[in-house]
Amino acid sequence: MKLTRRLFGGAAMATALMAAGAAQAEDPMRIALVVKALGIGFFEAAAKGAEEAAQELGNVEVIYTGPTDTTAEGQIEVINALIAQQVDAIAISANDTDALVPALKKAMQRGITVISWDSGVAPEGRELHLNPSSNPLIGNMIIKLAADELPEGGKVAVLSATTTSTNQNTWIDEMNKVMDNYKGIEVVGTVYGDDLADKSYREATGLMQTYPDLDAIIAPTSVGIVAAARAVEDAGKVGQVNVTGLGLPSEMAGAIESGASKSFAIWNPIDLGYSATMLAYQLATDQAEAAPGAEIPMGRMGTLTLDENTEGAMADPFVYDASNIEDFKSIF
Amino acid sequence: MTRFLKSREAMLTGAILALLALIASRFPGFIAPGNLARVFTDTSPLLILALGQTVVILTRCIDLSVAANLALSGMVCAMLNAAWPGLPVPVILAVAVTLGAIMGMANGILVWKLQIPPIVVTLGTMTIYRGIIFLISDGAWVNAHEMSAAFTGFPRASLLGLPVLAWMGILATAGVALMIARTPLGRAFYAVGGNPHAAVYTGLSVGRTQFWAFTLSGALAGLTGYLWVARYAVAYVDIAAGFELEVVAACVIGGISIAGGAGTILGTLLGALFLGIVKNALPVVDVSPFWQMAISGSAIIVAVTLNTRSARTKGRIILRSAEHRAPEGAAA
Repeated sequence: MKLTRRLFGGAAMATALMAAGAAQAEDPMRIALVVKALGIGFFEAAAKGAEEAAQELGNVEVIYTGPTDTTAEGQIEVINALIAQQVDAIAISANDTDALVPALKKAMQRGITVISWDSGVAPEGRELHLNPSSNPLIGNMIIKLAADELPEGGKVAVLSATTTSTNQNTWIDEMNKVMDNYKGIEVVGTVYGDDLADKSYREATGLMQTYPDLDAIIAPTSVGIVAAARAVEDAGKVGQVNVTGLGLPSEMAGAIESGASKSFAIWNPIDLGYSATMLAYQLATDQAEAAPGAEIPMGRMGTLTLDENTEGAMADPFVYDASNIEDFKSIF
Repeated sequence: MTRFLKSREAMLTGAILALLALIASRFPGFIAPGNLARVFTDTSPLLILALGQTVVILTRCIDLSVAANLALSGMVCAMLNAAWPGLPVPVILAVAVTLGAIMGMANGILVWKLQIPPIVVTLGTMTIYRGIIFLISDGAWVNAHEMSAAFTGFPRASLLGLPVLAWMGILATAGVALMIARTPLGRAFYAVGGNPHAAVYTGLSVGRTQFWAFTLSGALAGLTGYLWVARYAVAYVDIAAGFELEVVAACVIGGISIAGGAGTILGTLLGALFLGIVKNALPVVDVSPFWQMAISGSAIIVAVTLNTRSARTKGRIILRSAEHRAPEGAAA
């Protein structure tokens, strides 16, 4: 069916397609979720989300697969196997931006829908790319996490990675842009822990000394947030200074337990797998077209708006706190 | 007494006091006894490593693998604790020290038996040890919630008002100072570094002495590995990355001659304290992070300049007095 569409294309085939679609309705649509490597908690969780999407859609079979180690060669073999199996769609988190393009192009020529998620493929090798979040959403989330715990307002400080880290600097810039929405919250300073545990710890301790009435430390880096939580515990300021930002549940479980951190955020792999499957389904069934500016529905995750590179951001980073940390700390 | 006042240690003490006064003028809370104790505790890992490094440098060698040794020992301790949370801390300490000593011996054997230059040997083992961490951990972190309370609590347990970590620093300093001053091996370190040829004639094995210096440095690095991991409650491949250079810097500032055979444990203690104070003060005195590295670097250059200058004048005086004495002798 897809092969036909690729060969002839255009609206002239629309009626034929619909007839063909109806004829094949009993065959389940097969969507392959290709991950960087099998056995990684993050991707196992994404597969769980994909299964959820498949059940919601009905008549969809999810093939969760990937190489045993994180190599592009391994993924190319997996892609070739999937082409041979004539799956309907491939949703891939790539080990290499460019190396997979030829294999994925071949898949698209055979009428297979290809999208990338989490870790992207160059535009010519996929129809769209799903980012877990976007810089403005992250920037807003990290200040929101701090502000939500401070209804009366208060002083917060930022503990970043290095002075030249592109990601962190972008997120902090985006955070500063939305500061007007958080009245009463004052950012008193930004310090740099260089993504070293000992330096981050020292900088966090320094912040608490310089600003004795500090209410929160925002660390948009996984090394920094852990070290800052440790520094707050050692300074005996649990309950006074809330550590928040971006971190991984497995690394932050101790800090949530001790109370040094009330909440933090990072993308939710379950939602990511769910959305990737939803998008692959929409494209494979021709209910949506991956073009710049297109808005594609993703079930419970809302809609994805594509930019000029046919990339889109899924949602706000997912918030983890005492209520859900137990479920996620063993996942990733 | 006047000899002490002119000595490098006195100069360094003066510099530390001046530094403290300067910091206190901008942030008075820094010189509160409680905070100074905290700074000393924070400096202890650096101090313990610097003690081992001092002994190695005294024998005309250098050990660049200390930070990697620390990271590997720390990772093994953390993984042991994660696997058997009931393992008592003394066992973990013994494992850390033994493992560290074995890694030090590996360096020592290569330097002793194969006569490879120490800088090359330890540059190689540094990478090997880091690589082994990756192999045993698969690149995964060992996190706070996987460690037992006893494991992370040991270095911060309070004993007579100071945390155990600080006591470890004090004990190590006293132990190494005693060993260097009172044991044949301790004197051999000076003899071998001061004049290897003369040392051979007095019946000392240069290689064997260097071997024991590396073993001691390794054992202390292993000990610090456990303390480090327990203090920051996290173990991963990159902990203490680049820390070996700080350790060498502490020795150099403390007046340990890179040419070997000259230097005191008091000097090492002061050198480590100087660096520790700078590192802890920079976050609180509100210096731009862009300047912090430059300031740390300048401190090292100034210290080394003073070091070489004082050494040079001393050499000249001896020569001059010898010149004066020579004609007198000839006349008589």
